[in-house]
Amino acid sequence: MKATLLYLAAGIYFGFVLVRAEVVSWFRIIEMFRFEAFHMYGVILSAIVVGIICLQVIKKLGLTDLEGKKLALDPKSIDLWKSYLLGGIIFGLGWGLTGACPGPLFTLVGAGYTIMLVPIASAVAGVWVYGKFKEKMIH
Amino acid sequence: MIHYLANPWPWYIAGPLIGIMVPLLLLIGNKAFGISSNFRHICAMCIPSKIPYFNYDWKKEGKWQLILLLGIIIGGALAEYVGGTKGLVDISFQTRAWLLKMGIFSQNSLLPHNLFNWESLFTFKGFIMLVVGGFLVGFGTRYAGGCTSGHTITGISNLQIGSIIASIGFFIGGMITVYFIYPLIF
Repeated sequence: MKATLLYLAAGIYFGFVLVRAEVVSWFRIIEMFRFEAFHMYGVILSAIVVGIICLQVIKKLGLTDLEGKKLALDPKSIDLWKSYLLGGIIFGLGWGLTGACPGPLFTLVGAGYTIMLVPIASAVAGVWVYGKFKEKMIH
Repeated sequence: MIHYLANPWPWYIAGPLIGIMVPLLLLIGNKAFGISSNFRHICAMCIPSKIPYFNYDWKKEGKWQLILLLGIIIGGALAEYVGGTKGLVDISFQTRAWLLKMGIFSQNSLLPHNLFNWESLFTFKGFIMLVVGGFLVGFGTRYAGGCTSGHTITGISNLQIGSIIASIGFFIGGMITVYFIYPLIF
């Protein structure tokens, strides 16, 4: 119950920050892909720097969860690099078109841009198609 | 205080606040921050089928992510409530000039109204951007095993080469859209 509320609070925080960072704006995404301002790069790079530092600190401190398991992220296998690249390019095409990655799609709906329910529905359809043909694709 | 909450933030405030999500979710429940898995959970929840990819206990594995997602929607609503989102997005002069050439005017909104509305959905441009775009976002994120949050923020923070490859892919795709697809459809 407590964890549920914490996840909810973390989500509210994240949605709010995404809006104020303007990373949910189609205009900002177009500007980023045209390399015409530093804003998005600044957001992404500083987020990564903070992420790296925090993960290193958590590792150094050897923090564990309630069950005594070390707090750590399972690294994704590099063997799947083809799917990272191909899937990444496909996602990038969609990111450029909708101007929103998955988090922002939902944030925008919350902010009243209900039209974004359409790309959310077709994203769900896209995932279903991926699931259906997963075995037949290059991984 | 309210003034700061009601207006856009510079990158050096917004970026670190986004990065905090990575340790935050580790501390709450030893979870890897990511959003796009939710599309898979929604499929498993809403479209029962025998496809192995959707045959898992979404309630057990996905509950925390779906709750996070609910929070994200509320967070968007809260931002709209506190100060709104109707200010002009301060994009660069060059981008504005290019958009003008494409027939898109900057507006007091996060999205261009003339493209992102229910009437536009039934035009060629609107269909490509909203329906095809959304489909590619869903298909691509699951194929790549993550989106901007799971790969670019979390994965690279964890120093994963795979996530750098995925993020390079994101940019290749986005640049193809902006430099080749947009000039074709506008």
